[in-house]
Amino acid sequence: MAQAQAPAGAPKEGSQVAAHAPHQPGFPPFQANTFGGQLLWFAIAFGLLYYFMSKVALPKIGAVLEDRRSRIARDLEEAQAMRQRSEEAEAAYQLSLTEARDRSKGIAQEMRDKLTAESDVRRRALEAELAEKIAASEATIRSRTTAAMSNVRGIAADAATAIVERVTGRAPDRAVVDAALDRTLR
Amino acid sequence: MAAPTSKLDPIHQFELLPIIPQIGLTQSSLYMLAAVGLISLAAWAAMRSSSLVPGRLQSVVEMSYEFIANTVRQSAGDEGMRFFPLVFSLFTFVLVLNLLGMVPYGFTVTSHIIITFALAMIVMTTVVVYGFMRHGTHFLGLFVPSGVPGYIMPLVVLIEVISFLSRPISLSVRLFANMLAGHIALKIFAGFVASLLAAGFVGILSPLPLALAVALTALEFLVAFLQAYVFTILTCIYLNDAIHPGH
Repeated sequence: MAQAQAPAGAPKEGSQVAAHAPHQPGFPPFQANTFGGQLLWFAIAFGLLYYFMSKVALPKIGAVLEDRRSRIARDLEEAQAMRQRSEEAEAAYQLSLTEARDRSKGIAQEMRDKLTAESDVRRRALEAELAEKIAASEATIRSRTTAAMSNVRGIAADAATAIVERVTGRAPDRAVVDAALDRTLR
Repeated sequence: MAAPTSKLDPIHQFELLPIIPQIGLTQSSLYMLAAVGLISLAAWAAMRSSSLVPGRLQSVVEMSYEFIANTVRQSAGDEGMRFFPLVFSLFTFVLVLNLLGMVPYGFTVTSHIIITFALAMIVMTTVVVYGFMRHGTHFLGLFVPSGVPGYIMPLVVLIEVISFLSRPISLSVRLFANMLAGHIALKIFAGFVASLLAAGFVGILSPLPLALAVALTALEFLVAFLQAYVFTILTCIYLNDAIHPGH
């Protein structure tokens, strides 16, 4: 029809439109004769999209996301473990610090005790020595006193003899003088 | 004669231009193939060098993935995740086709009811087939709400059946009508600008429809996203019925 009309000088534009849409010119979305072709190409396009998405793209994206999620979870877990380790290390450090402090306290106490003991020993030795010396001195004093006392007896005897000789003009018997001295000095 | 009127005709933009009529190839088919290509290309490019710390494109792709995955999980539970590839394909397909329609001189595939109806029928077929496969005749429990007195039960079941049957219609008409109406409105206001400018002195009024056209363009971008999302979330809710038919 269109070809028959074209040489007759019908407007080219109109014949083109007629060739494309020779049916009812109505509202394009409601032209039922286009439905078949549209559905065919829709099926092809959507089928391709669904196939590509479900078989290739979405599993890959999901895997990447899952990988990231697990990676983050693992990193967090690791950080948590590290924190725990550092806390443990700190506790151990505190413990060893306390221990060291206790030990140093012990060592100081020990040293003090040792020094005290040593000085005690020395003091006691010194005291013993002094006591010995005192005892020796006392013995000396005693022996001297005894000696002096025996000399005093001799002097007293001599003096008594001399006094009696002067008074009586006659030297007393030695034994009588000794007996008199013994009586007085007792 | 026909040419100048069709340029301003708001319906003209929805016409299908046959490219290879023998196999029904039109510009609509090419737009669909282009959308599939764009989505696949984005996914492929983003994941080609997938790294632990994502780049821009990878972030966008991953965000869409998580966004849809969360939507599916919230509406249909973990079991709904088996339909995740379907829902993701539906969302990206509708969204990219809506957005391609916003390209100047572009064609809006989703403004054709047969396409949106086909999308809705994919969802409803999945719901019915999976529902019967999974639950057998228990799937019919979807139409019998519990806790309803016996004497009004027939009425309630009738309402439930009608509501179920009208789902594919509402799902497809919502998307179709939104895209169609938005693009018609845009075209009309843009046409006002041209007509006013051509009309001489009243041309000083032309900024008014221009401003409206700009505002409508922004609104249309919102609608393009929103309708794709609404389609997706309703899909998830219907799939949830197939997984858990009891009310």
